[in-house]
Amino acid sequence: MSEEKKLFKVTVDNITIDVEPGTTILQAARQIGGDVTPPAMCFYSKLQGSGGKCRTCLVEVSKGSEKDPRPMPKLVASCRTTVMDGMEVKNITSERVQDARAGVVEFLLLNHPLDCPICDQAGECHLQDLGYEHGKEGTRYEFNRRTFEKEDIGPYIQLHMTRCILCYRCTYVADQLTNNRVHGVLDRGDHAEISTYISKAIDNDFSGNMIDVCPVGALTDKTFRFKNRVWFTKPVDAHRDCDKCCGKVTLWERGDEVLRVTARKDEWGEVQSYDGKPGWICNTCRFDKKHVNDWVIEGPTKVNRHSVISQGHYIGLQKPNETISEVMGGRDPKLLMDIHSVSDVNSVELAALPGPATSKTFEKKDQSE
Amino acid sequence: MQLTNRSIEVSRKPLTWLEKLYVWNIIKGMAITFSHLFKKRPTINYPEQKRPFSKIFRGLHVLNRDAEGRENCTACGLCAVACPAEAITMEAAERLPGEENLYREEKYAAKYEINMLRCIFCGLCEEACPKDAIYLSQTFAPANYARKGFIYKKEDMLIPHPINEPEAYQKALGEKSVKN
Repeated sequence: MSEEKKLFKVTVDNITIDVEPGTTILQAARQIGGDVTPPAMCFYSKLQGSGGKCRTCLVEVSKGSEKDPRPMPKLVASCRTTVMDGMEVKNITSERVQDARAGVVEFLLLNHPLDCPICDQAGECHLQDLGYEHGKEGTRYEFNRRTFEKEDIGPYIQLHMTRCILCYRCTYVADQLTNNRVHGVLDRGDHAEISTYISKAIDNDFSGNMIDVCPVGALTDKTFRFKNRVWFTKPVDAHRDCDKCCGKVTLWERGDEVLRVTARKDEWGEVQSYDGKPGWICNTCRFDKKHVNDWVIEGPTKVNRHSVISQGHYIGLQKPNETISEVMGGRDPKLLMDIHSVSDVNSVELAALPGPATSKTFEKKDQSE
Repeated sequence: MQLTNRSIEVSRKPLTWLEKLYVWNIIKGMAITFSHLFKKRPTINYPEQKRPFSKIFRGLHVLNRDAEGRENCTACGLCAVACPAEAITMEAAERLPGEENLYREEKYAAKYEINMLRCIFCGLCEEACPKDAIYLSQTFAPANYARKGFIYKKEDMLIPHPINEPEAYQKALGEKSVKN
């Protein structure tokens, strides 16, 4: 007779759920979903060993378990604490948690440059969301923010060390997805930085996934750099036959131009899983296939309507019939203006550029006219 | 069938002889007309004289520069996403080494266009801007014969250089120049 698995009963913010033993509080809360889920900056369920560094997922355990109902004296990191039977957890219902989280956000933002207007991650940045939700309006920090020497880590990935929150996700990606990790966290304390020691060293086939796991804009796609804001691009689900990866991606388009390719994200901002396997994508799919014809388009990606990315995306739009030419006997009105004949925007094919556009890009275009 | 009792029957009585003359009504009308000769004129001679605008008047857009004459705009796109009329478009570029005197930050707007036909001068772009880069000035968009004249590009909106053309810069700042 097979032994029946005993499920643990855990209550998060007065919502009870049965989970398997060994589940962390964060995962249990994610199974409930919605507002009771603590935010996580460093924990990534698809990367083993991640979590426990950023402290944004702190929760209060008001009852340890059925057998030992004493509350835990301190707030615990929910991504690393496993549930006990009868455990009661307070997240959004606890003053202490909200207060502690505001403090954690303040610490995370201490050295963050807050250059969101230039950062390509803006709009899908977890630190931005966290700051909006839990942060305070102003900063109390009076000193110069920490800066680093700029390092070129390769043709595809742009490293902005000033934005890094040292979540270590990218090092786990390199450890668990690729066979040789060439970057890591150097130095200690305030000087700790992600680096390679040898510039331009990152060339592994799955290294691009570091961009997807990075919760902030420290690692961004160089082929997408400054090309458009995330919320002006149109996310589309697409796939292709790839011998290296699952080939299931999200294309971020402007018109028919594919400006960026990323793996598909689930509701927690993590890479989606297919049949229990995370859908990491290879660098060929991510950086080299920047043409619509390379892909089989499945349809628009579903974007949470509270996300800025859903701004200006009109779904189910019904355009009125153009009646003028009917009335005019087939003639188009002479007064209409074609905006593309006047406008300078969208005249350069950005998707074809390997890096960001510069003044030279536009000079060349002006001369060719 | 009546829905309410508020309707009033129109009087169809024929006019009397005195009423048919209209003289009395004409006199009444002319008295009003001539009385205006002695009142204060409400109009001005427009192109020569101009009325002052309110301090918070929202007119044509100005793209701001900092004190050293570098463009403030970083093409973050917040004005465009805030714009309810979807009048603003832009294209960003990376600052090359040697262009530090032109643009304040690493990224700048290589192209910046406002479609003044769409713009409703609500000023939300001004409010959304995190870089103090766009302001609504106290001028109208001038009339134009062709629609294409209303697509304002970056060159049309950039404020004059504060060091190279200080007078034009001061003029462009207008009465709003309390800032900076």
